Amino acid sequence: MNLFITSYCHLHDNRVIVNDRLVFYQENILKFADFIKTVYKQEQLNYPKFYKMDSISKLGFLAAEIVFKERSIEGYNPGMVGVVLSNSSSSLDTDIVFNNSIKDRSGYFPSPSVFVYTLPNIVIGEICIKNRIKGENAFFISESFNGRQLFNYVSELFEGNRVDACLCGWVEVMGTQYHSLVTLVEKEGNPDAETVPAAKKRLFNEENLNLLMVRN
Amino acid sequence: MDELIEKLKKEVIEQLNLEEVSPEDINPDASLFGEGLGLDSIDALELIVLLEKNYGIKIEDPKDGKKIFQSIRTMAEYITEHKK
Amino acid sequence: MGRLNVDGMKPVYILNDNIISSLGFTTAANVAAIEKGTIGIRLTDDPDLYPTPVQLSLVDTSELDKRFSTLPDLLKKNKPAGSFTRLEKFMILSVYTALADQPVTPGDPRTLLVISTTKGNISLLEARYQSSFSHKRLYLWELGRVVQQFFGFINPPVIISNACISGILALMTASRFLKSGAYDHAVVTGGDINSEFVIAGFQSFQAISPSPCKPFDLNRTGLSLGEGCGTILLSVEPGKGMNQGITITGAATTNDANHISGPSRTGQELADAIGLAMHEALITPADIGFISAHGTATSFNDEMESKAFELAGLTQVPVNSFKGYWGHTLGAAGLIESIASVSSMKENMLYPSAGFDTLGVPVPLKVIRSLTASQINVCLKTASGFGGCNAAITFQKI
Repeated sequence: MNLFITSYCHLHDNRVIVNDRLVFYQENILKFADFIKTVYKQEQLNYPKFYKMDSISKLGFLAAEIVFKERSIEGYNPGMVGVVLSNSSSSLDTDIVFNNSIKDRSGYFPSPSVFVYTLPNIVIGEICIKNRIKGENAFFISESFNGRQLFNYVSELFEGNRVDACLCGWVEVMGTQYHSLVTLVEKEGNPDAETVPAAKKRLFNEENLNLLMVRN
Repeated sequence: MDELIEKLKKEVIEQLNLEEVSPEDINPDASLFGEGLGLDSIDALELIVLLEKNYGIKIEDPKDGKKIFQSIRTMAEYITEHKK
Repeated sequence: MGRLNVDGMKPVYILNDNIISSLGFTTAANVAAIEKGTIGIRLTDDPDLYPTPVQLSLVDTSELDKRFSTLPDLLKKNKPAGSFTRLEKFMILSVYTALADQPVTPGDPRTLLVISTTKGNISLLEARYQSSFSHKRLYLWELGRVVQQFFGFINPPVIISNACISGILALMTASRFLKSGAYDHAVVTGGDINSEFVIAGFQSFQAISPSPCKPFDLNRTGLSLGEGCGTILLSVEPGKGMNQGITITGAATTNDANHISGPSRTGQELADAIGLAMHEALITPADIGFISAHGTATSFNDEMESKAFELAGLTQVPVNSFKGYWGHTLGAAGLIESIASVSSMKENMLYPSAGFDTLGVPVPLKVIRSLTASQINVCLKTASGFGGCNAAITFQKI
């Protein structure tokens, strides 16, 4: 079975790259929070819940929105669209924020809206809610991007006819460091796939995932 | 009471990350949940934290929350009644 | 339905297992406790964990340390016990026990280690542990490396952190890799500790019950947290003795796409996951001898889950929640409760749903009230978690 990356979004170092085009770059942004807010505003998403999200969810959610803007999944049965994401730090960035709300017993005010984000898979939940995606979902942790594992897992979902389309990638934030690659993978047999220009129809495999992850 | 209402508006906006909402946008009598600000169950829990953190008021039974958090004004009234 | 069983897939056998929990350090000890009706949830007064007493199901630390220190020196490679975190001790001891006398070796490149945890070594954020372990141990892949290196697993572990479905997801992932031929054996271990972090979090959600949790009960007042570790050894080759012949036959995950902390009000997506797992396993509701539900005893979960069982046509199947015994062990739950389910099948014994007196969900479920002999050939295990995720897995006797 041939699988294709029909749309992707790569965010790193103040850049947003979508399907081989640089759509955003601002040299002087220093904080992740400012970067992601600026990109959100540029995308004109009008989704106030965005501001309640933690860093990981903002990053992954935005990447997914940009992916879907270029390539819609509206024709698919929601139960046949999957989301498989991964990162290195899990939710540690947010864990530290939550821990700060409890570490001082005199100022002990655990925040439920922060706590809910102290799980890495919540970003999957946010993407699913916004886009009505109900299929297979999983979050993996590895020290660095593991293209082989991601490819093996996702291609098996297709081989087992568990998904017809699948969002997959890496969503990593830790302090000021962030890096995200979110790709949409579809089957060759999909009639809509024929309308995507051949140049953008990248084969879904370990090599291409690794190539897309390169920060340049 | 008006001063407290204005203060509360700002605190609610901050505590609930309502970034695109300004105090002028909030009608003190509009319902916070459902229509109005459209807050959800996590926001309700955060408001309980807000009361404790900023006003030292602990809500023992979370079910009371529905009445207390009906609107900004009902919140202000509750605070005025119970503030230590 | 949309999903098919792929032909030529190898069966995945459960060779052995281990549970470490408040009820003991072996599966046998845990099962014996359940059969006696012992629950591991106790009112715990430990200011380091929470300012006021809270119901918790904790592993006996002194017994843990005693057993850990008796692990053969060869494996320990002269590392002092103090160089391992509490969770690492859970996992290492559990994996060691599950591997004992089994024909699976960690050093085999055809063996995969899969780890499930929601928060890993999160207690290392506390001031009292800052100087004991490096900050790196907070990373789940470092936790994975510690376990991997202890046993000499050749392949880096697959690490799953997906809220409360992590355990089932880990079993599912391992099972799929074995069925596809990528590996021949898998050691699947899932664990979590009760930390100040997690307790504070669930308290902020007003989710913790002041008394031991009562899944599906009319008077349920929330969940009880528990800690522990469960390990299951899987192989494409059947094992010997009693363990022979119980396989994983179907599994699926879905997402509610509704809310990040509250479950779907209809239970449809959990029902879909159940349906997909059953479809893959080629079974109907009449085949299922028993359901091990997620049953956290929160108002919303149990209600949603009962609706899901109704939608899936399973209201006639005996059901329990194991959380009345162990509490909610988070990343360990899917493993520990699956092991108990498999034990139920081996013994042909339905275990009662601890804490249950009066039905408190809209659907008339057949909640198991007492230890009952029953022929169980197929079991369904379900789970749901924050982020709207659902998982279902089926176990079957060959």
